[in-house]
Amino acid sequence: MRENLHRFFRAARGAGVRVSPAESIDAMRAVASVGFSNRNILRDTLLLTLAKTQDEKKSLGECFDLFFDQPEPATPKPEDDNDSESEASEAEASESGAPGQPAAGSPAAQPTEGLGPLAQMLLAQDRTEIAAALASAASAASLSDIRYFTQRGIFSGRILDAMGIQRLRDDLDELAVSNPALAERLGSMLDALRETVRDTVSQALLLYGREETENLRNEILRNAPLARIEPRQVEQMRRLIRQIARRLRERYSKPRKRQRRGHLDVRRTMRRNAAWGGIPFLTAWKRRRRDRPKIVAICDVSGSVAKVSDFFLLLIHSLHEVVDDVRSFAFSGHLIEVSDILESRSPEEAMAEIMSKVGFGSSDYGNSFDDFERGWMNSITQKTTVIVLGDARSNNLDPRADILRRVSERSKRLVWLNPEGRMAWGFGDSEMPRYATFCTVVRQCATAQQLERAVSDIVATYQ
Amino acid sequence: MAEQRAAASIEAVETGLAAQGYIASRQIATAVYLAEQIEKPILVEGPAGVGKTELAKAIAAWRGLKMIRLQCYEGLDEAKALYEWKYAKQLLYTQILKDKLGEVLGGAPTLEAALAQLHDFGDVFFSKEFVEPRPLLQALEQPKGCVLLIDEIDKSDAEFESLLLEILSDFQVTIPELGTVVAVAAPTVILTSNSERDLGDALKRRCLHLHIGFPEQKLEERIVESRVPGISQMLRKQMVGFIHELRTLDLKKQPSVSETIDWARVLVLLQATELGHEMVKDTLNVLLKYEADIEVALPQVSTFVAKASRHNVFG
Repeated sequence: MRENLHRFFRAARGAGVRVSPAESIDAMRAVASVGFSNRNILRDTLLLTLAKTQDEKKSLGECFDLFFDQPEPATPKPEDDNDSESEASEAEASESGAPGQPAAGSPAAQPTEGLGPLAQMLLAQDRTEIAAALASAASAASLSDIRYFTQRGIFSGRILDAMGIQRLRDDLDELAVSNPALAERLGSMLDALRETVRDTVSQALLLYGREETENLRNEILRNAPLARIEPRQVEQMRRLIRQIARRLRERYSKPRKRQRRGHLDVRRTMRRNAAWGGIPFLTAWKRRRRDRPKIVAICDVSGSVAKVSDFFLLLIHSLHEVVDDVRSFAFSGHLIEVSDILESRSPEEAMAEIMSKVGFGSSDYGNSFDDFERGWMNSITQKTTVIVLGDARSNNLDPRADILRRVSERSKRLVWLNPEGRMAWGFGDSEMPRYATFCTVVRQCATAQQLERAVSDIVATYQ
Repeated sequence: MAEQRAAASIEAVETGLAAQGYIASRQIATAVYLAEQIEKPILVEGPAGVGKTELAKAIAAWRGLKMIRLQCYEGLDEAKALYEWKYAKQLLYTQILKDKLGEVLGGAPTLEAALAQLHDFGDVFFSKEFVEPRPLLQALEQPKGCVLLIDEIDKSDAEFESLLLEILSDFQVTIPELGTVVAVAAPTVILTSNSERDLGDALKRRCLHLHIGFPEQKLEERIVESRVPGISQMLRKQMVGFIHELRTLDLKKQPSVSETIDWARVLVLLQATELGHEMVKDTLNVLLKYEADIEVALPQVSTFVAKASRHNVFG
């Protein structure tokens, strides 16, 4: 059972729950004191000791159900100490449900001498034994190391090898000559066994490989251009963006205190030195809280930039703990404030509403900047970082770079994020070089990774 | 009443807490049982008003232990949570003992001799006598152990979390001048959090993590039964049913268990025997604390009351 718990810990890690060695020791101790008799209590115990957030509890609960799926009715044999009940029972389940299985029949009477152990086992239809053999073969093939779905074939092959499929094939060849009926039965059983093994491997992949697979997919997603991702990936991308937001929050939401050297905190100094009769041996200095970022985001939502703006706004607005104040504006032909829409709606609805209000027009940077200057210029203070997201393609209309200059003068920083590659800046109707003169930073921002870096840099300047 | 020994089983915890009027779900009972078995603090998370603080009180009452409560807030520091030197007392004593000190040192012929004599006294002014124990140190000094409730840990600063780590993992604190103070009897530690900010991994690692959500209907009925004994069974069923319907709405602040209990008391006071539309509309402000929420809920009241009554008929 101990072994089983260890394997469960691995499965838990596979499910994305970070189980540290110390926590696994705690879990062991806890399990030792509640015992295995009650499955629900065991589940509660593991959830209490291992999972430390609500999300983790959920995924660990699912993992538990999968792992201890259909507990075996019979007590496990002594030799399958290190077998997983789940695999054993899984094997059983598929075994009984396998097609082409002649359920009736008296296997004991069959002439099975001279056959390999696997063939005998299959013909004897001893399910427990088959399950045990399968489980020990699985652990011999170190099935719990499975990480990617592409490894399924390898692991299935390894398990079948470990169970002695080679010998079984030889037996089949011989039987085909000497006893065709038996050979046919054995053949169908072999198919059933293959199926069982495949199921076992799939389940193991589900248990141990989930996180790896997800990481791989995320890695691909991170570097995919945001503007061109497919609709079915949008939800995954949202999840990824939320992950990025969480990471940024964790990194930057630490208290921002710094010493203000040269300003003595008289009260604290007096109190600290009271023990020495008020002689200031130890000095205490005044501290000052750091400013949290104030952000004004101005996003182009026309055409191909819209997708990037969508994810950017989602990211910025999920940074509550890190960012003090965000005001977002969206424009294509003209500009409106969208902060409230983003705060009150779900991401999908918010974007749909924004698009219906200002989207689907050809972008007019000059006009939009003009709208901004008239309406919201005073929202920019010395502490504000202004982020403009857009391709700076103004359809040959007046770019009104003078407004951008005034924005730049009023704000702490002006950052321009452009989804287009540097090569394209300045070609065609791109006004990027003209705008760039007034920006503190101009950077390309086409993938989730670039987005994360850009936002991370912006927040970091306030640290 | 004053039982000192640890609970023998999870059921014992459940009945023990129930005797104090705290109806615990199986998860909660398991957590309390485990906390005692493997001597780990419990970190309780969940929405406001589901009985996180109550749990600590119930454990203390059940075990007959003293409860020491540390309410966390922004800016809470060592001096208020752990210990502080009694500066005034130190000063006062040095003043009073001035003459005595002079007397003792008077006989010394040289400065070295005087210093040597002074060293012989030891650190009289930095001894236990001059330490003002704050909740955390108090908890460690209880001879029979205690229940230490660290309430709303998420309100405190991140530094304070690190301060707690030593206490939570080893039940000891280190005072530089005195050395390490080890707990006489390991206290039962309950930390509560409203998840206002994410707690550090180091803290979480040292705790059992218990999430208390809104209880299931049956459990909530039992809670109301134990807290408001005067209420009729039918009304109890209806009102709990109604609240469960209410929780399906998208509200700013969902009514929690404490609101259920308050409402039950109100209904008993108004001598209601059955849930009526008018009565619910009039008392909705007990359940919902935001004007916007009441506006959302009002149009649904009739449907929910009808639903709750119907459930009652069929079981």
